[in-house]
Amino acid sequence: MSPEAKGQTIGKDANNMQELKLTVSSSPHVRCNETIPKIMWSVVAALVPAAVFGVYYFGMNGLANIVVAIVSAVVFEFLWEKLMHKKITIKDGSAVITGLLMAMCCPPTLPWWMSIVGSFLAIVVCKQAMGGLGANLFNPAHVGRAGLMVSWPVAMTTWTQLNGTVVDGVAGATPLNVFKHGGTDALFQLFGTTDWGTIYQNLFIGTRNGSLGETSTVLLILGGLYLIYKGYVNWQVPVIMIATVGVLMGIGYGPNVALFEMMAGGLIIGAFFMATDMVTAPITLKGQMIFALGCGIITVLIRVLGGYPEGVCYSILLMNALTPLIDRAVKPKVFGEVKTKGAK
Amino acid sequence: MNLWKVFTRGIIEENPYFVLALSLCPGLAVTTSVMNGLTMGLTVWFVITSNNVVVSIIRKLINKKVRVPVYITCIATIVTCVQLFLQAYAPDLYKALGVYLDLVVVFAIILARAESVASKNGIVVSFLDGMGMGIGFTIAMIVISVIREILGNGTLLGISLFGPSFQPALIMALPPGAFMLIGFLMAGLKMWNESREKAKQLKGSEG
Repeated sequence: MSPEAKGQTIGKDANNMQELKLTVSSSPHVRCNETIPKIMWSVVAALVPAAVFGVYYFGMNGLANIVVAIVSAVVFEFLWEKLMHKKITIKDGSAVITGLLMAMCCPPTLPWWMSIVGSFLAIVVCKQAMGGLGANLFNPAHVGRAGLMVSWPVAMTTWTQLNGTVVDGVAGATPLNVFKHGGTDALFQLFGTTDWGTIYQNLFIGTRNGSLGETSTVLLILGGLYLIYKGYVNWQVPVIMIATVGVLMGIGYGPNVALFEMMAGGLIIGAFFMATDMVTAPITLKGQMIFALGCGIITVLIRVLGGYPEGVCYSILLMNALTPLIDRAVKPKVFGEVKTKGAK
Repeated sequence: MNLWKVFTRGIIEENPYFVLALSLCPGLAVTTSVMNGLTMGLTVWFVITSNNVVVSIIRKLINKKVRVPVYITCIATIVTCVQLFLQAYAPDLYKALGVYLDLVVVFAIILARAESVASKNGIVVSFLDGMGMGIGFTIAMIVISVIREILGNGTLLGISLFGPSFQPALIMALPPGAFMLIGFLMAGLKMWNESREKAKQLKGSEG
């Protein structure tokens, strides 16, 4: 058969199909355009501005940490899937997010080899050992961070001291830590002012001590808004979590401190990027709202009563553990099913 | 029953720690250093073997209804002997092991071997089973404690390995690190056992 004739036959077949309008396929029949890589790379894009600000503000060691964390996360994912004869999924961007988020939640001065250990904990222990993307119980980036926190508490709480806007590399403390141990007076001293407006301005832009990518409130919120606009994140989750912290802190310390607590620490990055994780948060919106409320309450409890100045990481991990229970509690009624009284 | 098989099954195929998953708590608690882990392993080895022998000897005298209290009494007697011995000759180790030495009395693995092997078999089989299980348990303790001491403390048998600049991962010295390590070791041994099983089957089908 000549190529021309072959083309004609195929064309004829296609015409026939069009006439009959018959397509045979298995379910699902309606597909949306969203794919895992598309969502994952959008999240990476949403995180980049805040990460770039962190690198600009804290210096090149921050960049080195981000690169090492991302590369090691991807390498661990590749090695594990290769060894276990699984499909290689490093291109979907989920390992990149894990590495990036973990680096952004750690101090900018962290030694680079600790980032590799953190990536190992996040990818191998937390994610792949549980069955890979979609099967992990806990947020991998936060597991990596929590593991590092337990292993090297000194390195994980060494923050660069800031003089004005210049980093001079002397150990200092984060605003939350200062507030926890010295109250508002110490906080005024840290920022060199008694004007709450100036403090808020610093927190809003991100010119303060803290983890690499958690400082810039405005850029993180912009990234979060992008994800909400794309429909990957329900706006209720970050709003409820941040509002819960604000309200509870407002009851305890008054409105000034409440606003400060809402912008300080890792609350913004946690509320927008960690509590909204599709894998480890509940499935239904109702469940996600309960999840966010619980995260906010536990964050406040740790910040006020706990030993650590910051509790966002542990609050999200604790609520991750409750996710299956929340999912079960808010399970929607199956259409057509009648609940019989007393039946088991 | 093949006596060699009885002896070797406890070492890998039915390793009391990684395969039967009995008595996991000492692996979390006392394996922070090799010396502690080794002592715990040897203690259990001794107790399990002697108890198997004792239970095997008196197995026909025991009323079935009160067998568990009788086993426990036997184990407690043997453990007390070990305790007095350690207290006299190695007081530091005795202190380091603390309450876990007392807890050997209620270790599931010892009672399980008494119930499933020693109460039904003669002295020789019970003795070999106890030896095999004890070796398997001791190996598990040594493997876990070597890894935990190196990573969590930077030392091996108390000797510094990497110099003072090494920053050990404290998580390995704490129970969470032990949990992770035991999980991965269990998974690894399971994979190995399965691949050996497969190889054996292939060989059988060829022959």
